[in-house]
Amino acid sequence: MRWLLLKDLQILWRSKLLLGLLIVYPIAIATLMGLALSSGPEKPRVAYLNQVPDNRSTIRLGSEKIDIKKYTDELFTAIERVPAQSRDDAVAKVRSGAVLAALIIPADFTQKLSNSGFSAASIEVIYNGDALKQSFVRSTISSKLALADAALSKQVNRLASGYVDVLLKGGELDVLGTQFKILGLEKSKRAIDEVMAASPSRATSRRLGPVQEFAELAVANAGRAKDVLNTIERPVEVEETTLSGRRTPLDAFAVAVAVTISLMFVCVLLASGLLALEREENTFSRLARGLVPGGHLIAEKIILSAACAFAVSLVMLIGISLFVPLDWGRAGLWVLALGAGALAFAALGVAIGSLAREVRAASLLAFLLSLPLAFLALVPSGGVSPLLYDVIRVISAVFPFKPALAALDAAVNGSSPGLGQSLAHLAVLIAVFGVAARAGLRRFA
Amino acid sequence: MTNAQSPALDAPVLVVERVGKRFGDREAVRDVSFEVARGELLAIIGPNGAGKTTLLSILAGIRQPDSGTVAQRGPNSEKRIGWVPQQTAVYSKLTVAQNLRLFARLEKVDDLDATVERMLEQTALKERADDELGSLSGGNRQRVNIAVGLLADPPVLLLDEPSGALDPRQRQRLWNFITALTERGTSVIFATHDIAEAERHADRVLVLADGELLFGGTPRELHSTSGAGEHEDMEQAFVAFLQTKGH
Repeated sequence: MRWLLLKDLQILWRSKLLLGLLIVYPIAIATLMGLALSSGPEKPRVAYLNQVPDNRSTIRLGSEKIDIKKYTDELFTAIERVPAQSRDDAVAKVRSGAVLAALIIPADFTQKLSNSGFSAASIEVIYNGDALKQSFVRSTISSKLALADAALSKQVNRLASGYVDVLLKGGELDVLGTQFKILGLEKSKRAIDEVMAASPSRATSRRLGPVQEFAELAVANAGRAKDVLNTIERPVEVEETTLSGRRTPLDAFAVAVAVTISLMFVCVLLASGLLALEREENTFSRLARGLVPGGHLIAEKIILSAACAFAVSLVMLIGISLFVPLDWGRAGLWVLALGAGALAFAALGVAIGSLAREVRAASLLAFLLSLPLAFLALVPSGGVSPLLYDVIRVISAVFPFKPALAALDAAVNGSSPGLGQSLAHLAVLIAVFGVAARAGLRRFA
Repeated sequence: MTNAQSPALDAPVLVVERVGKRFGDREAVRDVSFEVARGELLAIIGPNGAGKTTLLSILAGIRQPDSGTVAQRGPNSEKRIGWVPQQTAVYSKLTVAQNLRLFARLEKVDDLDATVERMLEQTALKERADDELGSLSGGNRQRVNIAVGLLADPPVLLLDEPSGALDPRQRQRLWNFITALTERGTSVIFATHDIAEAERHADRVLVLADGELLFGGTPRELHSTSGAGEHEDMEQAFVAFLQTKGH
């Protein structure tokens, strides 16, 4: 077997393009993956039109003036502002693709805020038709609007709380520019208590008694108004629930997916190609005359392809770890998962190679089979009907991508199911595809 | 059963007895028996689909027969039969020397370097030893193909359509090479549908049609058996012979 290994290494060494790809591929993918996962998203370009006249850009709440520009500026910490001259200009910019969306603040925005409250005021956002970009812009704008909304609500809350304090403890109150002196509920109650103590007649008690009780209740409960106002600041409380099963952050899972896909392609293409080459070069007829037993030939192709793909994917994983923090304490488990996954993919590769007469046909077959299987394995539960998902689960279980991904995810991120279960699954698939490839060799002669 | 004995066969090096092979309902080789003498050059001729390649692949050990036996006899009977398939069966990405060295290792030859050197000399490819096989002409590739079949110095060499892809000059060189082999004692069995080539080079011909061995003898005997006239060439005699046998 070692002479066949040497021969295949010589052939790989002479295939400069393939060799170059094997070296450049993991470096390029690792760098791209790392940059993509470690850098934040770019600011989406959004056309902005503020139709509110400059002299009406503030709203007045009691004695306080709030400049609405201060809050719209919050939006532009995450958005690149592209000024628009008019609504038509904003729409044209969206249509032409110059911007991803347009944000329009209507002229009566501050007026409606002042007169009718938040529910009456609105802003307009125009998106383009690209679903992915629209989703990105929508989520960016929504989050920033929520922040701006919360900041404004906090300001209103602070003013309203001040009014409640004045009503409770007394002080000065500004109503449309006119100052009023307010006694306050606490002082009112004290005044009534003093009158009741100084003139304890039945007639006084009967007439002032209800007022005294009201003042007592009002003092006791006015403080609760602040609690009610506080709910405006965060109108909806979000409860986060972590479901059992996957706990992997998206970027760490993306690392596992990228490395598994690379492992799959290098392994399956190499293994299928190397075996099909024996048929394409007609050399199988020589080897089959007792020079090399069929089982040894299959084992040699699996070992060589798995070793090459293992090295490529390990380099890729190490490269990505420069950008995304990975737990090096689990490196031993990475090796185990990558090794088992590589052997399973290589076994699938030789099974495919045993069906093809030429390297090109084997590569095409390997590509056509591998890619949809990888996509199927990534379909989330709930994304399709339960029956279809069950079918997808069965198909994914018959091929190595899903267990290899699960093994690598478990090795890199410690996710469930555990590494042992995935390794056992892969071991079964290595045996099944190895036997299938051996049976397929009979067609070679 | 048809038995084709070599006329001057005292000690055969290969004995084929009642070999049969089926592929599903089709009988590719039917009850074929013959013997081959040391240094004999034997041609297996027949129309397309006659079973020539199947018979050779059974003799080479690539396929197992459903019935019958193939036995080597003589002093070097432990050595594997040499096999040269119809299409070149070598690695085009390796050099001539790398190909010879690889197959010599797989054949477990005793003196690797000397064997490779000898084959390079015999095939006159010493100067092209470090050339990638894919860069050689069809004729030179076929010489390497034959050299690989001879690496283990086999007592019997099988060639399937050896000159099919060669021009006349390359073909002549090839036959000179094969004739030299038989003079050194190697028995050569080759399959061909080029009747003139079989007549020119073979000591004996076997006629195979629909898996059945119809004739075994010298080319001259085939001509006379066919009933063809003196003025008719071997190809016409061969066609006439097949017609008389109902093929």
